[in-house]
Amino acid sequence: MKKVLAKAYLYLLLAMLYAPLLFIAVFSFTESRVLGNWTGFSTKLYSNLFTGGMNGGSSLLAAVENTLLIALIAAAISTLLGTVAAVGIFNLKGRKKQTMQFLNNIPMINPDIITGVSLFLLFVFLGFSQGYTTVVLAHVTFCTPYVVLNVLPKLAQMNPNIYEAALDLGATPGQALWKVLVPELRPGMISGFILAFTMSLDDFAVTFFTRGTIGLETLSTYIYADARKGGLTPELRPLMTIIFLIVLILLIVINMRQEKMKKQ
Amino acid sequence: MAKDYIIDIQHLSKSYGDVKVLDDINFYIRRGEFITLLGPSGCGKTTLLRQIAGFIAPDEGRILLEGKDISGIPPYKRPLNTVFQRYALFPHLDVFDNIAFGLKLQKLPAKEIEVRVKKMLKMVSMTDYEDRSVDSLSGGQQQRVAIARALVNYPKVLLLDEPLAALDLKMRKDMQMELKEIHRKMGITFIYVTHDQEEALTLSDTIVVLNEGRIQQIGTPTDIYNEPVNSFVADFIGESTILNGTMIRDRRVEFMGHEFDCVDEGFGENVPVDVVVRPEDVYIMNHQEGAQFSGVVQSCIFKGVHYEMFVETDKGYELMIQDYNAFEPGSTVGLLIRPSDIQVMHKERTINTIEAEVLDSHHVSMLGAEWECEVPDDAATGDTVIAEVPFDGIELLDHQEDGKLAGEVHFLLYKGDHYHLTILTDNGDRLWVDTDDIWDKGDLVGIDIRSEAIKLKLKND
Amino acid sequence: MIKRSYWSLPYLIFMVVFVVLPLLLIVLYAFQDGHGHLTFANITRFFTDSDSLSTFALSIEVAIENTLICILLGYPAAWILSNRKLNRSAVTVMLFIMPMWINALMRTLATAELFSMLGFTLGKGTLLFGMVYDYIPFMIYPIYNTLMKMDNSYAEAAEDLGATPWKVFWKVTVPLSLPGVMSGVLMVFMPTVSTFAISEFLTNNKIKLFGTIIQENINSSMWNYGAALAFIMLFIIGITSLFGENKETQAEGGLI
Repeated sequence: MKKVLAKAYLYLLLAMLYAPLLFIAVFSFTESRVLGNWTGFSTKLYSNLFTGGMNGGSSLLAAVENTLLIALIAAAISTLLGTVAAVGIFNLKGRKKQTMQFLNNIPMINPDIITGVSLFLLFVFLGFSQGYTTVVLAHVTFCTPYVVLNVLPKLAQMNPNIYEAALDLGATPGQALWKVLVPELRPGMISGFILAFTMSLDDFAVTFFTRGTIGLETLSTYIYADARKGGLTPELRPLMTIIFLIVLILLIVINMRQEKMKKQ
Repeated sequence: MAKDYIIDIQHLSKSYGDVKVLDDINFYIRRGEFITLLGPSGCGKTTLLRQIAGFIAPDEGRILLEGKDISGIPPYKRPLNTVFQRYALFPHLDVFDNIAFGLKLQKLPAKEIEVRVKKMLKMVSMTDYEDRSVDSLSGGQQQRVAIARALVNYPKVLLLDEPLAALDLKMRKDMQMELKEIHRKMGITFIYVTHDQEEALTLSDTIVVLNEGRIQQIGTPTDIYNEPVNSFVADFIGESTILNGTMIRDRRVEFMGHEFDCVDEGFGENVPVDVVVRPEDVYIMNHQEGAQFSGVVQSCIFKGVHYEMFVETDKGYELMIQDYNAFEPGSTVGLLIRPSDIQVMHKERTINTIEAEVLDSHHVSMLGAEWECEVPDDAATGDTVIAEVPFDGIELLDHQEDGKLAGEVHFLLYKGDHYHLTILTDNGDRLWVDTDDIWDKGDLVGIDIRSEAIKLKLKND
Repeated sequence: MIKRSYWSLPYLIFMVVFVVLPLLLIVLYAFQDGHGHLTFANITRFFTDSDSLSTFALSIEVAIENTLICILLGYPAAWILSNRKLNRSAVTVMLFIMPMWINALMRTLATAELFSMLGFTLGKGTLLFGMVYDYIPFMIYPIYNTLMKMDNSYAEAAEDLGATPWKVFWKVTVPLSLPGVMSGVLMVFMPTVSTFAISEFLTNNKIKLFGTIIQENINSSMWNYGAALAFIMLFIIGITSLFGENKETQAEGGLI
């Protein structure tokens, strides 16, 4: 009885959470430009999205492309910067270590709008023209702390002597770094990269304040502008459905791999 | 029959999946006794304790507390309290509130709670610590608070689940003494779980030795040490050399190639037995007069109080000896064992007996594989027969994939001139193997059985 | 050989330029007028302008309500999910976490569209409803995490000392899961105060929250007043993070 009630509660909550997404998914399979108006099954919105036909399609695809590219570059830079920083922070002691950790926490605690506004003021102050570069720099700012946080525990787990052991066995510092340190840290770097990538994909506010006026659109700013105009570009429906499915599949795959690893 | 049993455990069994964690456990506990459940990890001792506490329901059997079955009663209604393995002190409460937790639940007046908690704090010598947070305490102090928290409720029985395992050696010794003292003062029955045989011998009135879900032996510490009933107990409790022997007749046993007088009777004549010799029970001297046999000292290490020596006997057996005097490695010594120091035990088995199915006139299926062997004429295809394989008929291989079966070394016993291993196959079967090779517990091995070693017997023989 | 602690230098320089300096600039701009003169005018303007003040009050009110509803709905869910007797499915847990991985604007837009199709008038009701939609996974996940990590022996010890299951829950489980609730609050409260797109979508721009007025000021080039408002928000963050000291659990809460 208790179990039935508990399950019912969970499923009710899930139904509420997923209703909007399912609603969008259902109406991605009809042609009507007004949402909620079913005019028969059609995959026209999907073909529009990919061929860039009709209004909106091509600029939407461009926004998706920008989003992915920015996320990829920002995540790569963050992973590099964050890993080097983590090694440094790990070897610091006392006050210096605390200070670095405190600074590292700031971008994570700050709401997006503060990060966005403050970076906007920085670029204005320095006279930087805002565009692609400033957006990437801004994303690196709020992504790197997550890489640091993912790499630090790996350093703590690592046997502190293995680097010295490699040197002792005749490796140069460079070789020791590449053949011993990096493989040990790799799991942390990968999870840091993935986290940085998704944080960047999700971002709206920081991009909004740092993209300048050159007309750079990511998916988030595109949706925002679209909603402000009052209409929702119908091609967004299939796009949302696809993204929803990709995330679902990815999470299922990750989940299954974890289960498998647990069993081993 | 005396009725002062506070706890009576009857036919208790518990399985997780296919694994029998507890198999038909029966024993009773006297009021006021300090009883220890002793065994290696995975022997079922913690499961047994948790069943008494009420956290695990038994599959079969009953637990009687003062004659009443408590099997269906939830833990919060049982008049028992537990000291948990890693103490499980509530981190959000201070020392006082941790100890007062049970009394507050009983809704006792605040005055009384305070009096009882303070009394308890005094008893565990933690008087000034009542306002401290539990995280700020050392391991030993947390231990004391955990004991106080359980005892303040005046339980009928106190259960202790490896309470000293997390402490360092020195602290453990001190706490052992204190526990003994608390037990004496309170007069409450203690059920203590540990894998540390020394701790069990020091603390207990009675020890219950468990292995693989079964009671091996119940007795006082001296009984268990001096008269182990089987090779497991002999090996697990204290140091010992376990040897193959033959009971020639009452009070006369042969082992290590010599005949000895002993005090054991009733084994029958010419019966294979296991013989236990404790290292401190072998007399060692540098002359042969009065000696029963001789040996050559192989190594000699100073162990603080005594010297520990390994001696190769005249018939090629290795014997561990402890003595206050050192004997030079390489020197020839005379050796003597007194009749009362020889402990003779029944052998649990002398051969592997395995159920097999006849496939054709030259093959049987057993242990999940197919084997070539001689099949007796009166066994037909499809018959179930018993295969007997001597301990030395089984070969162990370094790589699991090289053998017909794969398994791991589950238990090992040095028998003076060879090792006696228990092998657990991947299918869950047990095989016993004698070998001269050195293996470690947990080693993965391939298993092969020489076909001439397999002897088949019809089931009804 | 370079000392390995020096490896933190590049990041230190990066953070000084992109984290510390920008925050100082917020303070600088907040206390300047359009010509670069020092002034308190921006701050006094906020405290004397009833519109700004009521927006601020409304933001805090919505954030508190949202946080409370998220705890009330999310705690039982997290508890059920973490209870091995009631839930054994990792998939159900995953379904609750998944929305965190989907663009918040997309989810909000979908929610707003669903509301308008169902004929709800967009206003405070839909705002709160939509916010709960958006933020409840961020409450459930950290609570679920602390409950999962909680050593079962605490509950057993309480039961052993005579606590009924109900008492165990209130006297042990709830107090010990407070750090998880705290990080949930951090992940819900401040973002609710500061968001602008979400509130604009959910109310069709009818109701303005604090984030929106910051955004509007910055976007219409009133940087100094915008910076002053951001400064006030920074101030609140300082206070809330004092309450929720536990920064590490907060960071953990965001990770999978």
